[in-house]
Amino acid sequence: MKGVLVIGGGVAGIQAALDLADRGIHVYLVEKEPSIGGRMALLDKTMSTNDCSICILAPKMNECFSHPNIEVLEYSEVIGVEGKAGNFKVKVKRKAKYVDATKCTGCGDCMEKCPTEIPNEYNSYLDKRKAIFLPFPQAVPRKATIDERYCLKLTKNRCGLCQKICKAEAIDYNQKDKIIELNVASIIVAIGSSLYEPKDLVEYGYGRYANVHTWMEYERLINAAGPTHGHLKCAPDGRRPKKIAFIQCVGSRDVKRCQWCSSVCCMVSIKSAMLANEHYGDLESYIFYSDLRVFSKRFYEYSKRGERDYKITYIHARPGEIKEDKRTKNLIIYYEDENEGKVKELEVEMVILATPIMPAKDVKQLAEILGIETNEYGFIKVKDYVFHPVETTREGIFVAGCCERPKDITESVVQASAAAAKAAEIAGLVEG
Amino acid sequence: MALRIGVFVCDCGTNIAGFLDVPKVCEYAKTLPDVVYVKENMYTCSNAGIQEIMDAIKKHKLNRVVVAACTPRTHEALFRKACEDAGLNKFLFEFVNIRDQCSWVHQKEREKATEKAKDLVRMGVARARLLEPLKEIKIDVEKKSLVIGGGIAGMTAALSLAEQGFEVYLVEKENRLGGLLNYINQIYPSDANAQQFLEEIVKRVEKKKKIHVLLNSEVESVDGYIGNFNVRIRQKKESKEIKVGTIIVAIGAKPYEPMHMYNYDEYENVITQFELEKILKEKGKIDAESVVFIQCVGGRGERVRYCSRICCMNSIKNARIIKKMMPNANVYIIHKGMQTYGTEYEEYCRKAREEGVRFIRVRDAVPTVTSLEKKDGRIAVGFYHPGLRRKVEIQADLVVLSTPLIQREDAKRISQMLKVPLGQDGFFFEAHVKLRPVDFATDGIYMAGSCRAPASIDECIMQALAAASRAAIPMAKGYVEAEPLMPLIDESKCMGCGVCVEVCPYGAMKIVEKNGKKVAENIPAACKGCGACGASCIHKAIKMHHFADEQIMAQIEEAI
Ligand SMILES: Cc1cc2nc3c(=O)[nH]c(=O)nc-3n(C[C@H](O)[C@H](O)[C@H](O)COP(=O)(O)OP(=O)(O)OC[C@H]3O[C@@H](n4cnc5c(N)ncnc54)[C@H](O)[C@@H]3O)c2cc1C
Ligand SMILES: Cc1cc2nc3c(=O)[nH]c(=O)nc-3n(C[C@H](O)[C@H](O)[C@H](O)COP(=O)(O)OP(=O)(O)OC[C@H]3O[C@@H](n4cnc5c(N)ncnc54)[C@H](O)[C@@H]3O)c2cc1C
Ligand code: SF4
Ligand code: SF4
Ligand code: SF4
Ligand code: SF4
Ligand code: SF4
Repeated sequence: MKGVLVIGGGVAGIQAALDLADRGIHVYLVEKEPSIGGRMALLDKTMSTNDCSICILAPKMNECFSHPNIEVLEYSEVIGVEGKAGNFKVKVKRKAKYVDATKCTGCGDCMEKCPTEIPNEYNSYLDKRKAIFLPFPQAVPRKATIDERYCLKLTKNRCGLCQKICKAEAIDYNQKDKIIELNVASIIVAIGSSLYEPKDLVEYGYGRYANVHTWMEYERLINAAGPTHGHLKCAPDGRRPKKIAFIQCVGSRDVKRCQWCSSVCCMVSIKSAMLANEHYGDLESYIFYSDLRVFSKRFYEYSKRGERDYKITYIHARPGEIKEDKRTKNLIIYYEDENEGKVKELEVEMVILATPIMPAKDVKQLAEILGIETNEYGFIKVKDYVFHPVETTREGIFVAGCCERPKDITESVVQASAAAAKAAEIAGLVEG
Repeated sequence: MALRIGVFVCDCGTNIAGFLDVPKVCEYAKTLPDVVYVKENMYTCSNAGIQEIMDAIKKHKLNRVVVAACTPRTHEALFRKACEDAGLNKFLFEFVNIRDQCSWVHQKEREKATEKAKDLVRMGVARARLLEPLKEIKIDVEKKSLVIGGGIAGMTAALSLAEQGFEVYLVEKENRLGGLLNYINQIYPSDANAQQFLEEIVKRVEKKKKIHVLLNSEVESVDGYIGNFNVRIRQKKESKEIKVGTIIVAIGAKPYEPMHMYNYDEYENVITQFELEKILKEKGKIDAESVVFIQCVGGRGERVRYCSRICCMNSIKNARIIKKMMPNANVYIIHKGMQTYGTEYEEYCRKAREEGVRFIRVRDAVPTVTSLEKKDGRIAVGFYHPGLRRKVEIQADLVVLSTPLIQREDAKRISQMLKVPLGQDGFFFEAHVKLRPVDFATDGIYMAGSCRAPASIDECIMQALAAASRAAIPMAKGYVEAEPLMPLIDESKCMGCGVCVEVCPYGAMKIVEKNGKKVAENIPAACKGCGACGASCIHKAIKMHHFADEQIMAQIEEAI
């Protein structure tokens, strides 16, 4: 009985793997990072239920990892695919972690002592992490990884502290990448998305003004496990904000940047504003939108609740410019209120930019390896938008989650289960 | 056999050890009766920690295991499995929550938190002493499925299940398959011909031997539980019984009729989106120089509270068709923010703009327009224009109202028959909005399509495939395992009053006749062991396995 390969261990990949494994199909789950979980593992709460994101995902991550029918291949990449539907031969590179996973207990001693600090991508670069690291505390598997690009031992043959510290004797600087071969009946691609850097949006001051952040940075700032332990702080004095503005469509729906709508950011900003108000009861939020996209089940009701119970004001306007008060670092937003036809200004202490959800970084490369197409936007192309929404352009390869187009968790999960059904059909693994 | 209890106390890195004195808790645990082994772990859940539990069970002949750590919600299954792997019945495991309910909530009171953790451990050990080994129940699953509703969602689910090897009964109330698709002209955003698509898929359904299509049919009654549903179907005057393992609900939705709104019942050139669809499909043309689409009629707080998701795209679709047919016609869409999310829909909207469809944005208030007045055979559509800051009128020959999809009449009946809930919006209510979007909380029953919430065809297809995947899990396995947490009914005390049947949220209790007496009976496969029945039985006829009164009382006694 041939198995199924799932590429990408975000919520979509996890769901697809679990659906297949639960019915008795063997699954290989290849994840590029040292931990599965994807974007959802880094979010604070999730709209539209305001559940704690990692708390509802962690059981699934654990279930996935300990499932007898799932083999998680973390810190790995697909480097070659041959064959056809029903019989794919896949080459996977398992990158060296320089840590023996069978010995490492995830105790963290090495991370405490490692002298090499680098910007922490898992906290949106808001703080530092060590060269030997766990992406986040609830990582699955909870095993240390040495980042070979920065480790002093591996780059300059110096240091070696972690090996001395590790009581489990798990450090192995001589580990090598390994290539393994898999034989599967079908493949599900679920590699998620990346985010646009708003550096070229000078009018909004990102990178220039201390109190302007992206929505992903905000997720980490409001998160108790994030760099500020969930406290919102404003430059220059670390005071907490009383007014926050959220600016929608910063780069999305913009023919010069990303022409599509990123689908979730309107709702995510409403959520973020709710969370801020839950932290600080007197905090007011202003959401500057072009069209508030609140189309899914119970979304519109959620937006109204935000207005009623969480001190959110929706402003139909596209701010023209934001200026910073040099002394207070407050931000003054200039805009034309389209509901009133008037030019206005608003002073706030923090501005959050909803930047576009973009195709995953290595989507082109992976698509080439898999022999599938991407669409005009750079996302993975489906065979037919309406009639074949989970089939890629190559038979036996399916797609799920944000790598197909921006979508929320619910829709990622739906598409993941749908892809699992299709993979099972192809695999023809069920007795009649 | 003498009790031999092992206690493992987790540091959870600094999550627990950072806020309370774990070594002290360990020392204390050693003093408790029947505790023969105590160990502090950095991370009990790591491979190393799990190994320590397993080794200790063997080495110290432990017959009860207590872990004091994070929360059973995420980790109970893991520790239970460790016990099982070491040869200990997994129901002899007890979880003590000293993180979520202790260290995290008392971060500034180290002393008190340590004391509380000791109390919690003492309570856990007390309960562990009374735990009994239990066996999981295995229930066979019939490898057949029932799909209720033969629209695009129902047909897609049936096809996928058949393709995966399962037999399917597809029950459709009307005399043809297709549901709403039968009335649609073209399909956004690809503008494919709807009837052609429908014919193809109906043909595929009819050709599949594993699918039994039952037209003019309705489900009369359903009883049983996952794996074993007994279903009575009425086809015209005949009635037949089938047995299935799973059920997918796909009864769709219907367009809201805007009676007494926007002069709909007074003016014949005020029509709904649904009627326009029919005209375009049947006549292929309309006669109007100026067409106004009005969005959110009845939706977003007017009659129903929700946004219907599909009507914005639908207006764009039909506005473009009209514009293409009559390039000189004026076509307006009056809206409150177009819901053209994602890649293709946004592009669809942009194309419409380029082709000359005029979008007018009004405030998010009810109603969308303030007046419709008949003047010289035309209709003057009046509304407040926020940009111009005054009332504006547009002359129209045809006004099209975008009304929301609402639940079908049968939703309530199906909901009662299957004991599955409807939300406030009238649509079926899922087990978890984010992570279990097509499951009902009741095992073995799933949903797909517009009966879940308004959805476009591609979304109906995805949900249908998803439901097929979920339903295939127990059927492919051929069995389900139920935790033996169900109630034990003392038939001598039970009065057959049925209170437990009422309160059980999962339909797992029924009243049966035994020796001429009415008594409650539990359906293990459906039961979640929630204990609602036990708590509600005034005759104290119900005892819960694994949460027996004595076990709970022992804990309470230790607490006070
Ligand atoms: C700031 C922000 C806030 C959000 N808030 C919410 C919210 O509140 N509610 C909600 O419903 N949705 C929210 N979303 C959307 C949500 O994050 C996505 O719907 C969801 O994470 C998509 O899951 P996914 O599995 O498709 O992708 P991801 O979660 O991105 O997972 C993809 C995985 O694939 C891996 N990967 C990438 N490339 C490769 C490769 N080549 N080989 C192997 N593995 C690879 C990645 O490392 C990652 O683990 C938010 C999004 C953002 C950006
Ligand atoms: C005017 C209009 C235009 C649209 N245009 C588009 C478009 O261009 N593109 C797009 O993607 N989407 C479009 N949609 C949306 C799309 O058509 C629907 O969401 C989709 O067809 C719903 O499919 P369904 O299977 O969930 O439900 P339905 O099509 O409603 O099917 C449900 C079926 O269940 C049957 N049923 C009901 N109760 C019972 C019962 N008790 N027992 C047995 N059977 C029962 C019904 O008779 C029906 O056949 C449009 C919708 C409307 C109203
Ligand atoms: S490598 Fe060693 S020190 Fe580092 S986390 Fe693993 S066991 Fe601890
Ligand atoms: S050897 Fe590398 S990873 Fe280890 S402590 Fe030194 S720099 Fe850090
Ligand atoms: S979801 Fe909202 S903020 Fe995001 S691109 Fe779409 S309209 Fe803009
Ligand atoms: S017309 Fe648009 S905004 Fe209004 S209910 Fe329909 S989809 Fe929602
Ligand atoms: S324990 Fe809960 S689920 Fe089981 S029969 Fe009683 S009320 Fe129903």
